[in-house]
Amino acid sequence: MHATAMSPAAARGEAAYEALRRQRRNAGLLGGAILLACLLLAGWVSEFSPVALLAGLPRIGEYFGRILPSLQWANLFAGSETEGSLAFWFYRLDSWLLLLLQTAQMAALATLGGAAVALLLSFPAARNLVPSPWLHHLSRRALEATRTVPEIVYALIFVWAFGVGPLAGILAIAIHTAGALGKLFSEVMENAEMQPWEGLRASGANWAQACRYAILPQVAPNLVSYTLLRFEINVRGASVIGFVGAGGIGQELYQVIAFNYYEEISAIVLLIVLAVMLIDLVTDRLRHRLIHAAGAR
Amino acid sequence: MEVLYTPHSRGAAGPCKADEKGKLMLQLENLTRRFGTTLAVDGVSLAVPAGQMVGVIGRSGAGKSTLLRMINRLAEPSSGRILHDGTDVTGLRGQALRDWRTSCGMIFQQFNLVSRLDVLTNVLVGRLNHHPGLGGTLATLFKRFPAAERVMALEALDRLGLVDQALQRADTLSGGQQQRVAIARALMQQPRIILADEPIASLDPANARTVMEALRDVNRREGITVLCNLHHLDTARHYCDRIVAMQGGRVMFDGPPAALTPARVREIYGVSEEEFDSLAAAEPSVAGPQAPPQPALAERQAALTA
Repeated sequence: MHATAMSPAAARGEAAYEALRRQRRNAGLLGGAILLACLLLAGWVSEFSPVALLAGLPRIGEYFGRILPSLQWANLFAGSETEGSLAFWFYRLDSWLLLLLQTAQMAALATLGGAAVALLLSFPAARNLVPSPWLHHLSRRALEATRTVPEIVYALIFVWAFGVGPLAGILAIAIHTAGALGKLFSEVMENAEMQPWEGLRASGANWAQACRYAILPQVAPNLVSYTLLRFEINVRGASVIGFVGAGGIGQELYQVIAFNYYEEISAIVLLIVLAVMLIDLVTDRLRHRLIHAAGAR
Repeated sequence: MEVLYTPHSRGAAGPCKADEKGKLMLQLENLTRRFGTTLAVDGVSLAVPAGQMVGVIGRSGAGKSTLLRMINRLAEPSSGRILHDGTDVTGLRGQALRDWRTSCGMIFQQFNLVSRLDVLTNVLVGRLNHHPGLGGTLATLFKRFPAAERVMALEALDRLGLVDQALQRADTLSGGQQQRVAIARALMQQPRIILADEPIASLDPANARTVMEALRDVNRREGITVLCNLHHLDTARHYCDRIVAMQGGRVMFDGPPAALTPARVREIYGVSEEEFDSLAAAEPSVAGPQAPPQPALAERQAALTA
């Protein structure tokens, strides 16, 4: 406010502050320019053009128009034989619900199996717990290998090996989950406090015992939370993975898309969205409760 | 009750050398530890007979902590030897090293309990190395401890006045109570030595007294050798049979408390005893929860995972 009353020290500080601000602003502008250039380049390489976008947009609307059911107010709650009723739209609701349940169970099994493998591999993959360097590298590389290959590729391989059906889907999702969760798990472990670990080692506990008693109790709430999050992701993944014949609602969805059964497409997509929302809601509640319990010390 | 705490001897068996003080137990020979170019511990030689209570004093950075941590090999010596009943423990690995660590209970400044586990489990942790083999390890991984060990843990807690807190989470306890849980854990190891690294530096005076009394009680009743790092001369004089004063990694004084006169203190540290204590009190490791200066992370991890 009162520039005249500013002491020399404050003036020096103010000048330094202004200089820092200028420097930050320049750095920000430069970063922005680089980002813009990269975006333009990326758009050009990936053939993203506003013209194509504008031309395509109405067609999206057209597709939605096609898959929309033709509902009639008068017959909305009539039986499944009457055209224009909800029951007519969802005429195969019972088998779709069964398929949805199958999808959720595929996701649950795959999440559990994947999390178990991830837990075993994450201890040696955590840098602060590593018992020997080569075991560390081995577990890290194993986690990377399972993580970097997309689920759909595993699914194709397993459908070829085990035939069409949920087993291929479960295995594919489980392997990808092991890699993804294993990395997250080991990162949580790397942030664990090491004092209990030191206490355990000093009392003569071996490596596995120290992992179990010093690290696991600290990280368990986080691990469960990540696993629940992964379960949501896997329900979505399991819905899509059926496209290559790996079971669940996805297989049905693929068929109705292939045969252009437009009303069925919208019905199934709506069901999947509702199911995923429901699972989101439930797991979110659970996760918040867990983290809350973990925070209340 | 006492029979539960008979020193266990899986670690180091060997001929016992006797001298005029009784059984010679722990020998440090020219023990040295370098961190980069600094000598944390510089050629320390000590002979500690079984059953002695030794107070190691000195300021932060005097090398007390490194000295203690080398004894159970949480830190590796750069040179020198550690002998226990004539057996060299400096080169032990694997199961033999774990057995040696089990026979040295360790008490830490920050207690090093597992805060999210209940007190009873924290104490039972001291029994982990008493379940040999793959089957034993697997059983302990699923928290399957025999009833006899649970009884033993509860009796240890009872002795330290904490049996009512047995099922509470460790982090709900006060600092003094947590340190006593750590002592109970050490007792469960049935150790022959207890290494206490600044056991009372994070505690208020009343809790510090209970903890020091518990350590002395263990020393007197079970005859467990206690090596205790301390900041305050008074505490060391009051509880210990013998005082080792360190400065710059070297032992400057080694003798009975009575021999550590104010004149000797001034000779070693260049300050009066009051000044020494007030300097110690001003150090952050006493006032706050910070850990004492520790060796580089990588080196500690290497030692821990060895």
